[in-house]
Amino acid sequence: MEIESDILVFMLATFLGLEVIRRVSPLLHTPLMSLTNAISAISVVGAIVIAGQHYEPGTPYAALAKVLGVLAVALAFSNVVGGYLITDRMLKMFKRGPKPPKVATVQSQREGGK
Amino acid sequence: MSAPCFIVAVGLPGLPALASQTAESHWFIHLTYIVAAASFILALKWLSDPKTARRAVWIGEVAMLLAVIGTLVSHEVIDYTWILVAFFVGAAIGVPLAVFMPMTAVPQRTALSHAFGSIAAALVGTAHYLTTANIGRFDMAALVLEMLLGFLTFTGSLMAFGKLQELLPGRPVTYKNQNVINLSILGLAVATGVVLVFLPEMTWLFPIFVALALVFGVALILPIGGADMPTVIALLNSYAGLSAALMGFVLKNKMLIVAGALDGSSGFILSVIMCRAMNRSFANVLFGAFGQISKAAKADDVYAGKVKSCTAQDVAMLLDNAQRVVIVPGYGMAVSQCQHVVHDLFDMLQQRGVEVEFGIHPVAGRMPGHMNVLLAEAEIPYDHLKELDEVNPTFRQTDVAIVLGANDVVNPLARTDPTSPIAGMPVLDVDKARSVVVIKRSLSPGFAGIPNPLFANDNTLMCFADGKKAVTDIIAAMKAV
Repeated sequence: MEIESDILVFMLATFLGLEVIRRVSPLLHTPLMSLTNAISAISVVGAIVIAGQHYEPGTPYAALAKVLGVLAVALAFSNVVGGYLITDRMLKMFKRGPKPPKVATVQSQREGGK
Repeated sequence: MSAPCFIVAVGLPGLPALASQTAESHWFIHLTYIVAAASFILALKWLSDPKTARRAVWIGEVAMLLAVIGTLVSHEVIDYTWILVAFFVGAAIGVPLAVFMPMTAVPQRTALSHAFGSIAAALVGTAHYLTTANIGRFDMAALVLEMLLGFLTFTGSLMAFGKLQELLPGRPVTYKNQNVINLSILGLAVATGVVLVFLPEMTWLFPIFVALALVFGVALILPIGGADMPTVIALLNSYAGLSAALMGFVLKNKMLIVAGALDGSSGFILSVIMCRAMNRSFANVLFGAFGQISKAAKADDVYAGKVKSCTAQDVAMLLDNAQRVVIVPGYGMAVSQCQHVVHDLFDMLQQRGVEVEFGIHPVAGRMPGHMNVLLAEAEIPYDHLKELDEVNPTFRQTDVAIVLGANDVVNPLARTDPTSPIAGMPVLDVDKARSVVVIKRSLSPGFAGIPNPLFANDNTLMCFADGKKAVTDIIAAMKAV
């Protein structure tokens, strides 16, 4: 049952992701990539468990696993912090012009003048 | 901002107390995970519009904060010292990479962060594999896939980083039977993985499996040229997300599955959009070794005696009489870092009552949306940045189209020559404008390795110079006119 519901969750999240992300304007494709990069650093959660859990005495490779876990926490956390920071830095730069675009009117005037 | 992350770090010493109340923290953990999953979805929804996009970052941070707190207080985690150290090390790496990185280097940073994210997932998988006895078959399959994607994305992303940072040659590196060799490496890696799932006692295969995955990542990116990087970065993004989702399967964590699936689908959509913008298939991008200089192309026949070069004064005169100007930026703008002088030109033309727009091709630059970010950095309002479909019908009413360091994305052969390697690729129809000014250092071919007849057109003027110098000169000449 656990497996079935996990696959179901994965499937639904993928469909939802496809629908939501399809609507993202090409203008924001770079921030989208850096934001999803930060979100996928959610693997920090798994790394925290590996780094902080108690290993029964005699567990093979317990010390190595801990080292790998700590390394993974550092790497994933650098993406958490860096990913959100740079996404915000980029989005801050996107500004609208002072007046609404008047493309249509300018064109029609010019075509009328010809 | 990273404030929530630092709150986690600072608040850490108090957490063991909370963690000791295991019965109560149990519901708390589930609650944080559910709210986090919902927030990640909202974050992506809000990112779809520039007006709500900054809110997306904010809720994404809240979601991550909740997820991290929820995990820290779970009864499984008993040792905080090294986690705290790792947080500080991670922040010390991540903050400078985000704060001091010039916007022109964003593709490299993205590739590097994909490498970090994927190796983190792969290391977690490895640690889980090494310390857990009797892993079920389904879990083992998910674990093997997590490690395969994690390790290959790690070396693949490092290779992409090397190419983007120009530590490695940007042109495809090819050798005999490359595709056969690459597919064999992948086949072997998958086969070793399958054996590990069904015969877990053959532990000696594990290092071989890891090595094959690492080698495949390198081999996969070697034959891919710089201009295909938008597709490849998006694909690596997708793999990194899938690897996180698979970790969710292994660790029985549905929030991880949701966040990973969102990332996986985002990378997938972006790479499909990039492929479509080049009218090429995934297989062609990955195995086509696209971008070698084609020997069949006869540049001399196309260009001989027909190319007109011009000075900044000529361009200034053209612009002086123009009512509508469209600027088409390409990777050359990023290379010469001239987005700020482009902004000066934009301001000057606007003040003279000229209508100025930017025509952005989806694959211009080295990652999806690269040009938009550079122009936004130069404080050009985003309502002047137009997509291909929006700007193409307007070229007939355009007096001057300025092509700034772009080549194949404005090549009319894509429309006219069905035998061309870029046949059918959607291009910006700058040749339909009254005059075209191409700012480019030389007549050298772009990523497709073919000559561009646009440069030899009657209404085209070539301005052979570095982008920054050319635009600066044009501004000076306009002031003098």
